[in-house]
Amino acid sequence: MDTPFFTAWFEEITDVVAVQREHLTELDAAIGDADHGANLDRGFKAVREALAAKPPASPGAALVLAGSTLIRKVGGASGPLYGTAFREMGKAVGDAPEVSPELLAEALAAALAGVQKLGSAEEGDKTMVDALAPAVRAFSQAVRDGGDAPEAAARAALEGAAATIPLTARKGRASYLGPRSAGHEDPGAASTALILEALRATGTR
Amino acid sequence: MTGGDGTPMVGIVLVSHSAGLAAEVVALAAAIGGHEVRLVAAGGTDEGGVGTSADKVAAAIEEADAGAGVILIPDLGSSVLTARLLAEPDSVVVADVPFVEGTIAAVVTAGAGAPMEAVLAAAEEARSFRKLG
Repeated sequence: MDTPFFTAWFEEITDVVAVQREHLTELDAAIGDADHGANLDRGFKAVREALAAKPPASPGAALVLAGSTLIRKVGGASGPLYGTAFREMGKAVGDAPEVSPELLAEALAAALAGVQKLGSAEEGDKTMVDALAPAVRAFSQAVRDGGDAPEAAARAALEGAAATIPLTARKGRASYLGPRSAGHEDPGAASTALILEALRATGTR
Repeated sequence: MTGGDGTPMVGIVLVSHSAGLAAEVVALAAAIGGHEVRLVAAGGTDEGGVGTSADKVAAAIEEADAGAGVILIPDLGSSVLTARLLAEPDSVVVADVPFVEGTIAAVVTAGAGAPMEAVLAAAEEARSFRKLG
């Protein structure tokens, strides 16, 4: 996977987030502050502009630029969290001109570690970690087994996001609702599933 | 700003979802705790909405920094995450404290010329202050 691949991934994310903007906002309206769709839409559109304005020289540079842009432009908790995820991925791939599946597995693990360190969230807290952690595991497992890693990660993220529905939130605004947060899918887990589905879709082009 | 003996004072940045809230807590703390401390508000998004701006917080850190370190006091959610992202070992530290009470305690202590650890400890003590004894 080269620099154009990662640029295409961000294009795909921007498109899918724009399409799913209202859905993400509806999820967030149930247990959050109803800005997740708008925040991510603004953030990834800014990423697309930043990548076009200053085409990155390597996959790592693309990931770091995307992460830094999200941190600056999103304004909600998803900015620092997704921003950290992409920046940690960028740092993990370094200045390699091509990213192998093995290296991408390492980068995804670094993204998860960065998100967990920043947000202090564990699996089961009803956050994006509930989609990201199983996706990272599935990706690594598929790389080891010679399977379709992006496909496995996308599926695991989608299942992880769906599995947040019965959970009680333990992080963020939704945690104030206590048991009333159960019965709703976590918006952060839902957007993480979209981002990993976009990775899968980019790989099949 | 410097303390009575010429050593620089610890700076304080209030990170809030709301520009108005951060500005008013700065005004309150300056009135109660003293005007000598570099106390800077970083509230709201770049567009003036509810949320956190990493650029505003970064600029506020620069403004608050007199050479003795800067303490970031966030309100909640994305303010906490943004503050944590911009923290630097030993020099820019996030205080896990009540927004109003922690700020007043930090400003009073910083204004007395206390070093970073003491300002942080005073702010953290505010967590156990009882209003009704």
